[in-house]
Amino acid sequence: MSARAAADHGRLRASLQGRRIEAVVIGGSAGGVDALIQLLPALPAGYDLPVFCILHLPPDRESRLAELFDERLPMPVREAADKEVIAPGTVYFAGAGYHLSVEQDRTFSLSCEPPVHYARPAIDVLMESSADAYGDGLVGILLTGANHDGGDGMARIRACGGLTVVQDPDEAQVAVMPLEAIRRCNPHLVLPLKDIQALLPMLENKTS
Amino acid sequence: MTKPPSDIDIELRMLVEAVYLKYNYDFRDYTGASQKRRVLAAMRVMECETVSSLQSRVMHDPAAFAQLLQFLTIPVTEMFRDPEYYLAIRRQVVPFLETYPSLKIWVAGCSTGEEVYSMAILLKEEGLLERSLIYATDINQESLESARRGVMPLDRMRLYTENYQKAGGKRAFSDYYTAAYGGALFDRSLVENVTFADHSLSTDSVFAETHFISCRNVMIYFNRRLQNRVLGLFHESLCHRGFLGLGSKESIDFSSYAQRFEPLVRRERLFRKVGA
Repeated sequence: MSARAAADHGRLRASLQGRRIEAVVIGGSAGGVDALIQLLPALPAGYDLPVFCILHLPPDRESRLAELFDERLPMPVREAADKEVIAPGTVYFAGAGYHLSVEQDRTFSLSCEPPVHYARPAIDVLMESSADAYGDGLVGILLTGANHDGGDGMARIRACGGLTVVQDPDEAQVAVMPLEAIRRCNPHLVLPLKDIQALLPMLENKTS
Repeated sequence: MTKPPSDIDIELRMLVEAVYLKYNYDFRDYTGASQKRRVLAAMRVMECETVSSLQSRVMHDPAAFAQLLQFLTIPVTEMFRDPEYYLAIRRQVVPFLETYPSLKIWVAGCSTGEEVYSMAILLKEEGLLERSLIYATDINQESLESARRGVMPLDRMRLYTENYQKAGGKRAFSDYYTAAYGGALFDRSLVENVTFADHSLSTDSVFAETHFISCRNVMIYFNRRLQNRVLGLFHESLCHRGFLGLGSKESIDFSSYAQRFEPLVRRERLFRKVGA
């Protein structure tokens, strides 16, 4: 490990000091699939946290994201189902056409309320409800995108004591969404994807 | 391990309890996250700073409750939503329904009627409407009133026409409505045999034996206890081997009724009742 990388590592670790992470939520829009293809393989086999992923999707199409990533990742990957109990070590994707929320009892719920920022599923809906359920045990990661969805969600995560991480707008495929989130939530960390990759395994409680 | 309730969670529980005790609308077993969003939206529109102040207003002013009710219920729907569902009904359910001399169909949680008119059009094209009695129920009187009127926004007709065609529609969709009252007024003959009624899946009981129940994207707002209650009502209402249709992401796998309905078309969430 280079001195620079070691310093980065030290900085990431410091930001996790004293935190007990219970769940990770990752949102993105335009360019989000590519970003997740880079990011998610950083999750090691036997990862002990649930990871919720949400990308903006066309409403009328079935999402194939869960299938796509199930083939690439060493852990179970599936579309989050209504009333499903959230399991550790599982990657969940929000399906098309419905908002996805996390309930206080840590189950998923779906709803058909109107789109938020033209999006259903909306990142704000998933992030806000996850923040309410997990409080300071949540990590919110917002990636590339072309609209303002996620700004309210990241702000709520921050307000509830969670850790907020935004992809560096300079390297994001589309900078609008990261920039808005930075404006809204003053995130703990603004990082390029490769550093978010390094962060993901550190979030596990067995290693921190 | 879950967190202790926050102030707003406590206030929300008190609000729905107050609404139940005062107005007998039971939202106590609705899922929390969605309900919270809708109460927060109501607070913005009704200019209340806290849930407690909203509760106080609703307690002392029935008009404020009527306003809140429009937020607590979720009138978001479209005609022939998920066209494949209707296509599956035509192909897989209608052949059974045709064998009955008369039919009772229940559209539960019908909201502003989009599903009712869709179902009526389908039944008409399959030659079943005249022998059918449709119960269209909801807890929201304003939605029911709107459903009775049958006037849909004109700007939705393009989407509905597309849906209708994908759903196996046999005519021109525009045959079913005329432009009137600033919207699309649907053919009154479609709802001649429809009974629109106030019925609560939370508190009311079964009112008729039915052959087919369609209840789409209603139970996703309910917690498991209430889902179980509702599936119990449907099981009781359905005739021997009767049909149940749910929303495209709804599941009975997590309910205590998982074994009491069998999938007919799994992908389209069409089930048949098993057992008595």
